[in-house]
Amino acid sequence: MSAPDLSDVQPASCSGNVELLLHEIRHALRRLSLGGSGTSIDLGSLPFAPGEQEQLLEVLGEGEVSADVRVLGHSAVRETQLPGVWLVTHYNASNGVMATLIEVARIPEILLAQPQDMTRGINHLEVRLGVDGRHSDA
Amino acid sequence: MLEKNTLGEYLYEHGVSRRAFMKYCAAITSLMALPPQMVGKVAAALEQARRPSVIWLSFQECTGCTESLARAHAPTLESLIFDAISLDYHHTLQAASGVGAETARLEAMSENAGGYILIVDGSIPLADDGYSTIAGISNRQMLLEAAENAGAVIAVGSCASFGGLPHAAPNPTGAVSVSDVLPDTTVVNISGCPPIPQAITGVLAHVLTFGGLPDLDDLHRPKAFYGQNIHDRCYRRPFYERGEFAETFDDEGARQGWCLYKLGCRGPLTHNACATLKWNNSTSFPIAAGHGCLGCSEPNFWDAGGFYNAVSIGRWGSREALLGALAGGAALGIGSALAARAKQKKAASEREESAS
Repeated sequence: MSAPDLSDVQPASCSGNVELLLHEIRHALRRLSLGGSGTSIDLGSLPFAPGEQEQLLEVLGEGEVSADVRVLGHSAVRETQLPGVWLVTHYNASNGVMATLIEVARIPEILLAQPQDMTRGINHLEVRLGVDGRHSDA
Repeated sequence: MLEKNTLGEYLYEHGVSRRAFMKYCAAITSLMALPPQMVGKVAAALEQARRPSVIWLSFQECTGCTESLARAHAPTLESLIFDAISLDYHHTLQAASGVGAETARLEAMSENAGGYILIVDGSIPLADDGYSTIAGISNRQMLLEAAENAGAVIAVGSCASFGGLPHAAPNPTGAVSVSDVLPDTTVVNISGCPPIPQAITGVLAHVLTFGGLPDLDDLHRPKAFYGQNIHDRCYRRPFYERGEFAETFDDEGARQGWCLYKLGCRGPLTHNACATLKWNNSTSFPIAAGHGCLGCSEPNFWDAGGFYNAVSIGRWGSREALLGALAGGAALGIGSALAARAKQKKAASEREESAS
C-alpha cells in the first residue's frame, strides 16, 4: 500500500533536513571515492516535514541502474544520478514501507549473493546432476 | 513451548534465504533505531537467538494496544517477529478459551520457568480484587504469579506503564501500574495510548537479538523510542525557534504549519517517537495533521490539565492563578486549591470569551 497524498490537508513547512542530508551524502561519497568505507543512512530516523523526503529524492534523481529484489515482499534498489549513491526501499508483502535507506556504496549489500544461498544453490545443482559434491575440490 | 532450534535454523528450514534474512535484519535494525552499520551484528546475534515463550496478560484495558500491534502495516516483519517468539497466551489472539487457555498459560510458565517474556497491557485494580478477574483469578494475583518466574516483564501501553485512563481521578478502581505491583522487578514500560507498534516489536526484537533489556530512561522506557521528546524531533520546531505560532486552529499561522505550542501541544514534555516513526504506515502523526500532541506516553497525562492549554500555562489556567494557588496553598491548604480551581475556571472562561 503506498502512502496517500496528503498535501492538500497537511500544512506546508520545512525542517531544514534536506540540505543537511545532502551535505552528509557529499561527505560519504567523497570518502567512498577515496577508497574508504560505505555509508548507510536510515531515512526513517530523521524528521521530515510533509513533502521534504520527496524533495530530497527529486534532488538525488534517477541514475543508470535499478533492481527489484523479491524477498519478503519486494525491495526496490535504484541508483541515483550520483553514481555510488543508492536509494534502497524495503517493502513488506502488503507494499508497506519497512525501511528506506540511502546507501553510499559501490553496490548495495542486498544485491550481493550470500555464501549460504550459494551453498544451497550448489546442493540443488548436485542433486539435479546426481553428483556427490562432498569430495569435489571446486 | 520453547523451541530448541535457533531463529536462523527456523527461518532456513522455512525456506527463508540468507538475502531475505539480511533484509529482515536491515528492517529490524531500523525498527530498533540502531544505526544501519549494525545490521551485520544484528544478523549474527539473531541467527543464534532461540525462540522464547511469551505470555501476554490483559487487565483493565481497551485492547487498543493489541490493535496497535495486530493492525500494524508491516505484517511481514511483525509476523516474522511473532514467528520468532512462541506466543503461548493472549486473550484476544489465542484460539483456546476457558480451561484450555488457562492450562496453556500454566504449562508455558512451568516449562519455561525463568525464561519466558511476560507482557502486560492494562492497569491493575487494587481497590477490590473483584473489579477485574480472569478465570476467577484477580488481576493482581495473576500478575504476581506470572511475574515470579518471568525472564523479562514488559508493560505495554500507558495503563500498564503508569495506570493510564483507569488511574485518572477519581480512580474508582484504585488502578495502578505493573511496576506498582512489582516494585522489586525491572519492568520495561512501553507507554502510549496506544504505543507505536514499532516500539513494541522493537523491544521484542532487542530482547531476541541481544538477550537482555534495552537501555531505559528514568521512567523505564526504552531510550531508542522515548529518548527524545516530540518537540526536539518535530518538523515544526524551526517555527518555534523563530517564534512563529498558530494562535487558533484556523488562522494563517495554522495554515502555514507554524508551531502548535500555544494551542496546547505537549510535544516539549512528551517523550515518544511519533515525530519520526509516525503512524499508519508512517503516513502522519497528530502534529502533521494540525493538532497538538496530547502527551499520551507520559504519566498522568489525562489529569494534566486541559489539552488546549499551553504547556506554559499548564493546569492552572494562567500565571496569576498558578501564583495564587502557590501562595494560598502555603497558607490555607486545601482551601486554596479550591480557590485556584475557581480561578482556573475563570481564566478558561475569559480565554473562551476573548477567543470568541
